[in-house]
Amino acid sequence: MEEYIILMRLDLITREAQPSPEQLQVYMQQYQSWVDGIVAAGKFVGGKGLSTEGKVIRFDRVITDGPFVEVKESIAGFISIRANDFDDAAAIAALCPILNGEGNSVEVRRIIDREQRS
Amino acid sequence: MNLDARLPHLFRTEYRKIVSVLCRTFGLKDVETAEDIASETFLTAAQSWGIEGMPPNPTAWLYTVARNKASNHLKRSGIYSKQVMPEYSRQYNSPAEFKDDLSNEFFEDSQLRLMFALCHPSVPAEMQVSMCLRLLCGFGVGEIADAFMTDKENISKRLLRAKERLRNLNVSLEIPPTDQLHARIGPVLTTIYLLFNEGYYSNSGDQVLRRDLCLEAIRLNTMLIEHDVTNVPQANALMALMCFHFSRFDSRMGVEGEVILYDDQDVSAWNADWVSRGGFFLQRSRQGDSITSFHLEAAIAYHHAVAEPDKWNNILHLYNQLLQINPSPVVAMNRAYALYKVAGPEDALAALEDVSLSDSHLYHALLGQLWSSRDDDRARDHFLQAIAIARSPALKVALQKKLDQL
Repeated sequence: MEEYIILMRLDLITREAQPSPEQLQVYMQQYQSWVDGIVAAGKFVGGKGLSTEGKVIRFDRVITDGPFVEVKESIAGFISIRANDFDDAAAIAALCPILNGEGNSVEVRRIIDREQRS
Repeated sequence: MNLDARLPHLFRTEYRKIVSVLCRTFGLKDVETAEDIASETFLTAAQSWGIEGMPPNPTAWLYTVARNKASNHLKRSGIYSKQVMPEYSRQYNSPAEFKDDLSNEFFEDSQLRLMFALCHPSVPAEMQVSMCLRLLCGFGVGEIADAFMTDKENISKRLLRAKERLRNLNVSLEIPPTDQLHARIGPVLTTIYLLFNEGYYSNSGDQVLRRDLCLEAIRLNTMLIEHDVTNVPQANALMALMCFHFSRFDSRMGVEGEVILYDDQDVSAWNADWVSRGGFFLQRSRQGDSITSFHLEAAIAYHHAVAEPDKWNNILHLYNQLLQINPSPVVAMNRAYALYKVAGPEDALAALEDVSLSDSHLYHALLGQLWSSRDDDRARDHFLQAIAIARSPALKVALQKKLDQL
């Protein structure tokens, strides 16, 4: 088993498309069952949701507030999982409920440690 | 921790607490900022609670996130306004503090203030109802559109215009002092009643949504009654009226979603709990010295909600009184129905001679019924018009049945 991180990217929501509290509660429940499934399979390592606002620091050390004009999407959260290989990790990531929203995406990366074989 | 199954509307319930406090912070000149911050707060919650489970105290969690976002926003807009728009800054940059108070009293106080502001007499009624659904009930634009059987774009525009109106009026967020209360509570109660009627009579086939609308109206009215200043007899009368009506909510629809007209309803399915609740508020509404339209309508609704031998006589009496203080065609039409039950179709038809409500399906349905067995052609004609006007398929089916019985 190798460790992978799943980054969830959210298309910045326009005011017209703001989901209602009721819809957001449904999203939360979808997340919960997704995560519950990963936990049940013994593959969940950990994860966090992230605030919508943030700071960006560039090479010249100038600090600016997010949202991040250059990137249309912002990272909404991440989880890390254990998976057999990239295909296995991608299959799990493909079930992420954030993908129900148009414009959203997830990114899967393998975490490298010092004892890494490849 | 999994989401507790007993909290089906947790987000909606929490949203209205948070958004009312945010509105209190930013004032009605900046409702959009309050909405944006509330929206982001719940988006963050959905993501974070979805991954890690709900925190032990969701309200406190949301409140803290919203407060941080609000203070960030004020800091940023403060810098912006000082550097870019000194004039704007002088005028507007005096935010109320985001109090460190998580008590129910504070949230309810914030919601009541918002209720009076949104139902300001200078804001048109349909805007008031939509704004209340959005900010006081936590409905989304799509849900409001479903309730009014229109599209989202329409509702968005309506909300936008309402916000503009509120901004220009510069309405303050306060519970009116006692000397102004009488004038200000009228529109609030009217809006609550409209909201209730939207749920009770709406053409929308979505039974769950309609039920929610009725319960929301009852909840808003409960807040008024639980507050010392706003607990006026008229508010209790409206509450009684809604409780009596609501007791028959489920019996008005059959298992296949078809409308069951009053005479065909199963009396044993009328909910006695709601009737006795209504009775309690009707009793309390009698403490005042004036009889309002709500008082009479509540009494009429009471007689509809119970099985009694002299029902229609009592109802007719009350309609006679109601017609004196509210001489509208709809009241006259409803009175004619009671008259028909008491004295027969002849008298009812005579009473309807001066009433014209030709765009109401109820009017044609009543005329259809009154003419049937006397002049089947005229009866058929009215039933056909009623079917043509009725907007919900379920209602059309119920009317078609009447037509077929001729």
